[in-house]
Amino acid sequence: MDSSMIPNLAPATPEIFMAIAIMGLLMLGVFQRADSNELTIKVNSQIWLLSIVTLVLAALLVTTVSGDRMLTFGQLFVTDSFAVYAKILVLMAAALTLVISKPFLEMHEMARFEYGVLIVFACLGMMMMISANDLMTLYVGLEMQSLSLYVIAAFRRDEQRSTEAGLKYFVLGAIASGMLLYGSSLVYGFTGTTSFDGLAAGFADNVPSIGVVVGLVFIIAGLAFKVSAVPFHMWTPDVYEGAPTPVTAFFAVAPKIAAIMLFLRVMTEPFGALADQWQQIIIFISVASMVLGALAAINQTSIKRLMAYSSIGHVGYALIGLAVADETGIRGILIYMAIYLFMNVGTFACILCMRRGERMVEQISDLAGLSKSNPMLATAITIMMFSMAGIPPLAGFFGKYFIFVAAIDGGLYGLAVIGVLTSVIGAFYYLRVVKVCWFDDPVDTFDRPIPVSLRVVIAGSSLLVVLFILYPSPLIDSAAYAASALIGG
Amino acid sequence: MSTLPILSLLILVPLAGAGFILLIRGEEEIVARNARNVALLTSVTAFVLSLYLWFGFDTTTAEFQFVEKRDWIPAYDINYHVGVDGISVLFVLLTTLLTPICILASWTSIKDRVKEYMISFLVLETMMVGMFAALDMVIFYIFFEAVLIPMFLIIGVWGGPRRVYAAFKMFLYTLLGSVLMLVALIAMYFDAGTTDIPTLLQHGFPIGMQPWLWLAFFASFAIKVPMWPVHTWLPDAHVEAPTAGSVILAGVLLKFGGYGFLRFSLPMFPDATIMFTPLIYTLSIIAVIYTSLVALAQHDMKKLIAYSSVAHMGFVTIGTFTLTVQGVEGAIYQMLSHGIVSAALFLIVGVVYDRIHSREITKYGGLVERMPVYALTFMLFMLASVGLPGTGGFVGEFLVLVGAFKANTWVAAFAALGVILGAAYMLYLYRRVIFGVLEQDHLKRIADMSPREILVFAPLVILTLWMGIYPPTFLDFMHVSVTNLLDQVEAARAASTAMSLGQ
Repeated sequence: MDSSMIPNLAPATPEIFMAIAIMGLLMLGVFQRADSNELTIKVNSQIWLLSIVTLVLAALLVTTVSGDRMLTFGQLFVTDSFAVYAKILVLMAAALTLVISKPFLEMHEMARFEYGVLIVFACLGMMMMISANDLMTLYVGLEMQSLSLYVIAAFRRDEQRSTEAGLKYFVLGAIASGMLLYGSSLVYGFTGTTSFDGLAAGFADNVPSIGVVVGLVFIIAGLAFKVSAVPFHMWTPDVYEGAPTPVTAFFAVAPKIAAIMLFLRVMTEPFGALADQWQQIIIFISVASMVLGALAAINQTSIKRLMAYSSIGHVGYALIGLAVADETGIRGILIYMAIYLFMNVGTFACILCMRRGERMVEQISDLAGLSKSNPMLATAITIMMFSMAGIPPLAGFFGKYFIFVAAIDGGLYGLAVIGVLTSVIGAFYYLRVVKVCWFDDPVDTFDRPIPVSLRVVIAGSSLLVVLFILYPSPLIDSAAYAASALIGG
Repeated sequence: MSTLPILSLLILVPLAGAGFILLIRGEEEIVARNARNVALLTSVTAFVLSLYLWFGFDTTTAEFQFVEKRDWIPAYDINYHVGVDGISVLFVLLTTLLTPICILASWTSIKDRVKEYMISFLVLETMMVGMFAALDMVIFYIFFEAVLIPMFLIIGVWGGPRRVYAAFKMFLYTLLGSVLMLVALIAMYFDAGTTDIPTLLQHGFPIGMQPWLWLAFFASFAIKVPMWPVHTWLPDAHVEAPTAGSVILAGVLLKFGGYGFLRFSLPMFPDATIMFTPLIYTLSIIAVIYTSLVALAQHDMKKLIAYSSVAHMGFVTIGTFTLTVQGVEGAIYQMLSHGIVSAALFLIVGVVYDRIHSREITKYGGLVERMPVYALTFMLFMLASVGLPGTGGFVGEFLVLVGAFKANTWVAAFAALGVILGAAYMLYLYRRVIFGVLEQDHLKRIADMSPREILVFAPLVILTLWMGIYPPTFLDFMHVSVTNLLDQVEAARAASTAMSLGQ
């Protein structure tokens, strides 16, 4: 065989490693000797652990990939410092959400080995999305991720809410994928290429034909669905509420980060020259998401629904950076998503502690008087809520700050003002959670003790959010390095 | 200058104390006792340390002193930069003085969740000192807004019956103002290329930009001061907050706005300042007269004093925008004396509230018979609030009126009307509470002030009299800085006028 036929595998080592590891884990799970119940539990627990190990090893492998731009597999696959940054975030998010899921899974007889495997599988899809350099890779990666997510959403298959969430997610997700595919085919039809580089070169000096613009709108619609931006957000509250809580935690972080990253790459690389065409759409989506995220959350009573609307709002803020579409904007988003990761993992770890008599409770009112019954947990929730509201000196403030810096640098004053005003409205519902924890009289206490894994994650993320102010430079610098790859490359 | 990082110490000591209290474990009773002791010790240490500023401050220069500068976010050239000048140094001292007083005042009245309460107060002190000492816009903003977190909890957890409403109103009002300021801060960063306040003070902002920036800062500071018509959060917050919360709110937090005008609006946007002076005058005069009349009609002692705060802060804004040496110095002086006098008045209310658990004026009367020491202390602060010569209140009001008279006679006339109304509502309050016949049963056994309470009031009494009898002690601190500030305003104005003429 001609040696030039063998593609350069080096840039894709983490993905290849993950693919092999998934096969191995799957084999291990399928061929386990289910002689006794205890043995099954033991093997499941081992696979859970091995899944985390796989994710961590993959993250380590990602760090060994150089930040230089490299193409492989016939230019379908790209890796650069942006991809490295994004993949580390995704893998970290997935590993953390897997860590906090175990007590819940065991308690609700969900501890089947497929859970960990599916999450690693979804992560593989996300890494493909992040590294996509062609509309084909994009679609394949997206579907690999989405199909795993549909199954995970319905993982509690004997519970109506969970299966409903899975089905709803599947049907709506399929429509979004269809739109994306249709948009891609239009773009291909009018330009004759699916390669990002080819598209970028084609748009560089030509006025795009109307067909391309229509295709672009469909692609944006499909991606907006995946990041749950308004007006394609309708599935989010229902799926977040219906899915088992650890799954919601996973949904809120890793796929969201991956989808945002994909969104960034698609908009800035192949369609970067068409910024004039899509900037207005992104501005609209961003404003609508911020406003809806802020207003719709006010009346929620379920903390999971609240988090769903909160995530819609956060996506709105992040998209401000995309609307700016320059290096400052991308850097702002990258910082924002990293901070978003820790705030959300921390918050969901707290939500997973809301158990009473071996059952999960999900109402905000269940937190009443938590500061008396469990001051540490209440403090952690308070820190997370103030941080999400963007109050300094907590990390959430810096996320918003760099986004607004980008907006003003790009001359989008209106967007910045709308952003800060909705953040005040948003502060209201975050404060309401704090109020319930601190000002209301206690109801029953939550089950104790809180599992060690949850305690570690809660303490770790709280400390990160509080102490971020002391040494923010590493994150800001690496985000800047990653952003330069996307815009400079 | 010495190399002792005194301002960082003042910022960190309360935080360290808070961290230490966090670690206290054990039985509730013991935890509460230890938390109180640690908090008092920490805040007294901070106060003693801050005396170093008092003695080491060089009053002959307008430069920033005790400056510290460290890299923080090099990518955006944001530095940890702190320092004080004649305008801010006394506010730092006011903060470190009032915090131990607040902790002492809450000694017995706070019984529930003492640990969290003390942590909140110490964190609050850190934020307040940091706010006055910040010499970088981003650091300034962080401290400015971070104050909301402990204040929200103090009002919401330890407050009165409508505490939730008051806490939310306070938080959202002030947040709304500050986020607009944030946008302006970022816009300033892109115009000047730095967030360093001393550099920004030298940077002339384009005339076209100034009104917008000025308005954004105004939104924040006007709510904080608070100016009419955005003052409505204050009476609610004061009434519901625990005594010490009201003290710190009136004593220090309201000064953020006045300080902000002096630090940002005047020197950085001089043209916009001149342009909007009539607006400030109008709002301030309405505040002075309207809120005085409202105060006259109050049934709740704390609410009455809250409205009097709005009126007094109206003097501060008038003085600030006269752009005369007397006016500005008077404004600062008024802020300092108001910081002490209104703090003392809230403590005065707290003394009887701790005994009777009511703030209704009608529940009292004839207290002089049972509480002579209390009546005397009350009288002193009441007269200081009215502005009786010999008390701190007089010097501030007088200087403001002199400044206002130089700038605009009508403003001075209306402001003077406010002084008369101020005397009316304060004397009326005093008569109803202290004089009259002691005939209500629940007052028959009321006890006079305890030694601890006397200890709380002693430094405030001394300071009020000192400020009234020998003002140069304090005016000397600010004089050079204020003159320098006004020179800057004048120079910037001259430059921009020359530029617009040249065009």
